[in-house]
Amino acid sequence: MTEIELLSWARGPGLQIATIIFVAGVVIRILEILLLGRKANLAEAKGAEMSSGLRTMVTRTVPDRTTFKRSSVTIVSGYIFHIGLFVVCFFSAPHILFLKDIIGFGWPSLPTPVVDAFAVVTIIALLATLVNRLTNKVMRYLTDFEDLLTWFVTFLPVVTGYIAFHRIGFTGPSLLAIHILSVELLLIVFPFTKLMHAFTLFIARWYNGAISGYRGVAS
Amino acid sequence: MSASIEKGINALKRQVDSTVAAFFSSCVHCGLCAEACLFYTETGDPKRTPINKTEPLRRIWKSEFTLMGRMGKMLGLTKKVDDKFLEEWQELVYDSCTLCGRCSMVCPVGNDIALMIRKTREGLAAAGQAPEGLIGATNRSVTIGSPMGVKWPALRAQIKHVEADTGLKIPVDVEDVEYMLLLSSMEIMNFPEFIEAVAKIFDKAGATWTISSEAFEATNSGIQIGVSDIAAELVQRVVDVADKLRVKTVISPECGHAYMAIRWDGPNLVGKAFNFKVRHILEVMDELSQQGRLKIASKESQKLTYHDPCQISRRGGVIDEPRRLIDMIADDFVEMPDAGKMNWCCGAGGGVSANERADEIRLKVFDRKKAQLEAVRPDAIISACSNCRIHLEDGLEEHNMDIPLLSLTETIAEHLAED
Amino acid sequence: MKKDLSLKDVKLKNGDSKPETLGEILRSQKVSRRSFMKFCATTASMMALPPAMIPVIANALENARRPSVIWLSFQECTGCTESLTRAHSPTLESLIFESISLDYHHTLQAASGAAAEAAREAAMEENFGNYLLVVDGSIPLDNPGYSTIAGISNLDMLIESAKGAAAIIAVGTCATYGGIPHANPNPTGAVSVKDIIKDKPIINVPGCPPIPVVITGVLAHYLTFGSIPELDHIGRPKAFYGQSIHDRCYRRPFYDKGQFAETFDDEGAKKGWCLFKLGCRGPTTYNACATTKWNNGTSFPIESGHPCLGCSEPDFWDGGGFYKALSMPTDDISKTAVYAAAGAAAAGAAIGALNRGKKNTSNKIHIKTTIDDLRK
Repeated sequence: MTEIELLSWARGPGLQIATIIFVAGVVIRILEILLLGRKANLAEAKGAEMSSGLRTMVTRTVPDRTTFKRSSVTIVSGYIFHIGLFVVCFFSAPHILFLKDIIGFGWPSLPTPVVDAFAVVTIIALLATLVNRLTNKVMRYLTDFEDLLTWFVTFLPVVTGYIAFHRIGFTGPSLLAIHILSVELLLIVFPFTKLMHAFTLFIARWYNGAISGYRGVAS
Repeated sequence: MSASIEKGINALKRQVDSTVAAFFSSCVHCGLCAEACLFYTETGDPKRTPINKTEPLRRIWKSEFTLMGRMGKMLGLTKKVDDKFLEEWQELVYDSCTLCGRCSMVCPVGNDIALMIRKTREGLAAAGQAPEGLIGATNRSVTIGSPMGVKWPALRAQIKHVEADTGLKIPVDVEDVEYMLLLSSMEIMNFPEFIEAVAKIFDKAGATWTISSEAFEATNSGIQIGVSDIAAELVQRVVDVADKLRVKTVISPECGHAYMAIRWDGPNLVGKAFNFKVRHILEVMDELSQQGRLKIASKESQKLTYHDPCQISRRGGVIDEPRRLIDMIADDFVEMPDAGKMNWCCGAGGGVSANERADEIRLKVFDRKKAQLEAVRPDAIISACSNCRIHLEDGLEEHNMDIPLLSLTETIAEHLAED
Repeated sequence: MKKDLSLKDVKLKNGDSKPETLGEILRSQKVSRRSFMKFCATTASMMALPPAMIPVIANALENARRPSVIWLSFQECTGCTESLTRAHSPTLESLIFESISLDYHHTLQAASGAAAEAAREAAMEENFGNYLLVVDGSIPLDNPGYSTIAGISNLDMLIESAKGAAAIIAVGTCATYGGIPHANPNPTGAVSVKDIIKDKPIINVPGCPPIPVVITGVLAHYLTFGSIPELDHIGRPKAFYGQSIHDRCYRRPFYDKGQFAETFDDEGAKKGWCLFKLGCRGPTTYNACATTKWNNGTSFPIESGHPCLGCSEPDFWDGGGFYKALSMPTDDISKTAVYAAAGAAAAGAAIGALNRGKKNTSNKIHIKTTIDDLRK
């Protein structure tokens, strides 16, 4: 297979397969959760469920002071790479074009050197999270194969994207193909792992806020 | 003698719902819940990480209710839930957790981990893996009516003392009154002054109330051991009596899990909304105060702080009421660090204090509360749960800290206006 | 440009002693020594050879016996020939080109029909083992009738001609990688030279068409060293195909700053901003366009405002729409996503029903737990 053939496959059939698995997987998992349902609460309510749920969906993003002090490395490195991923994924010009092709509209991009800087910071932060995961007592106890796999499939696109942009190593079509394939790997692995938290955390947070809010506590 | 692993697994299956599924789907193994749990922070043992305690429930959810889990089961790739595993987890689920819910407040993806640990107990209990102490307490609750074996005659004796001391009549089995007061065995046996305090407050407020001789116990062992069927049976006793007497409001006394059991779990356990309201004694006093029926004549001069009982504050929703009440009777009140909905558990609730095997760890985790107190250096601690009170007293004594524990209700009563 | 290119004809007609070496030819064309050396220097620098090589090149070219060149044109559009012969005034490149003994070329030769084929066969026999075979156009395998010359299929002619060739130069993307005919669905079963010939050295000079000076540079290399230049992993001379357009593009600073033309006539386009969003294949294309340029260094597509098509890469026709940026999917992903979601909704509903069923069963088989059930 030539490089261009590989690139064309990655941009064509490869992406189709990854899209099918990703979309179908995410939809099935979310339905699997929601359709289990939960019993109605028969106790007398002290607060409103819906608004409390929505509130927690947002406020849970901010950790409380004591927890932050005790877990600052986890929290800071985690936030940095999430924000970095967000900027790199959604504000680099080639990525916006990709999304525009799928959803029909785009938005202004950030200058490439800025995105570049975010990519570097993200890579460093991701490495920090891995080190943390392997050295922190609690995380080491909790960590299993899935944690390492998901780290890897998240790390790979950022690194290969950076390399493809900076042309280190192989030739252009190969680098771009490798990057796109790494994204497809991420998409395929996504619905089978904790990466689903990207969607389900909103459901979980809502439930948390609703359950507490029913009792009059803002969680 | 019919607990079995099959029953345990079935019990766990019944506990899986969309909340459980959403929570387990979202956990990213970040470990923040451990840093919020005093059973981890004071022991440094990572297996006490809250989400880890839910592993039995997680395995059942994964293998029974997810497509990939089912497929994994067919391929023989699932992690088993057997007697050996549940036995190993007993200490984590019962000895190392008070269901305080602090983990549920800090989880970044929003998991209500305490709720899941509560659900996990259903599985362990049905499989015969609940601690002996709790089984004993539950037996007594069901057969005698109180986890400590307190029967009506004992309570009646206490009531007689109170009537003698106060000159007030304690109404028993009176119909059509505003309030029916429940009492925890702990209060009846160790803090009967509570009954006295309530009597005085209601007298001055002109409120009609009663105690039932048939169902007076507030403590719900079923909640603590984690068997909803038994918890429901205990709640039903209160419901039957409250309906019979046609009371308007049932009062949960100064006991944490009792409040959770009757106020929030109660109707869901028995499957029907109540015909009466349920309020904590703090809520009642606060309401009376708003209505101008609670008048205070004097204040405490000593430096006071407030320990939030977890099931009342964070898990119960009664956070502001005690502070409004304290405001009325305190000249010098200072909040401890993390006060309010993020306050640290005393370490004894949720069945831990009924479990002798957990004595050592229960005392160890008191260090967390000790650190909070050392930051504040109060003259006395106010609280609203007798279980917290007993345990904090134990801990303070162990460390030679001379800080008295005060009941908020009793303190209010002490400063009532004579009018 | 001299149209009666075939000096072989001259030889046959006049019987005069013909110029035998390239040096003699150039002198006969009144090309000054100075111009000749300048050409050698340019060639050396283009192929990244040190200055010491210039006299070597000069000497080699000076004394180069005019090698016989057989040019076979298969399924092609003649664009490659047009490109190479597009000089308006004689250039040294065209002189080199003329100064090989081009014994067979459909467009440029004067002879036709049986005479042309006879000339070809004679040249092949006379120079067996030494002639250069140049091929442009792809070779159809599905049905030989798609492209024949004098009744001979392209496949047969290629195999036959390759036997006595010293080396083969595949010119144009069709000959190197299949080109346009090879594009999906490839109705003629078009393949490239390298797909058929496995036992001869092949130099791929792709491009649609290739840059003229690239061809002559390759020839000059061959004439100088008698060997083929260093090739990359798909057979292209590294001297000309070693850098991507993107890495040599003068508009690269705009790419880096994130300044892109959104349409062909917006402000960005007028200011000469990067054409990535308009589908430029520069990042994945290797050729000399950005440095050597076309028409004697006049311009190249990007400079003229059109994104690079990637024409020197294999399968460039199937690399997605030319006006779709490289980072865009080639297929309609949104449709796939919608269908996947719809299918998954049905599957999810079924799974949800199964889950509910399981819960109902566990609720049904549950017997109320009493205090007698707390111990095993």
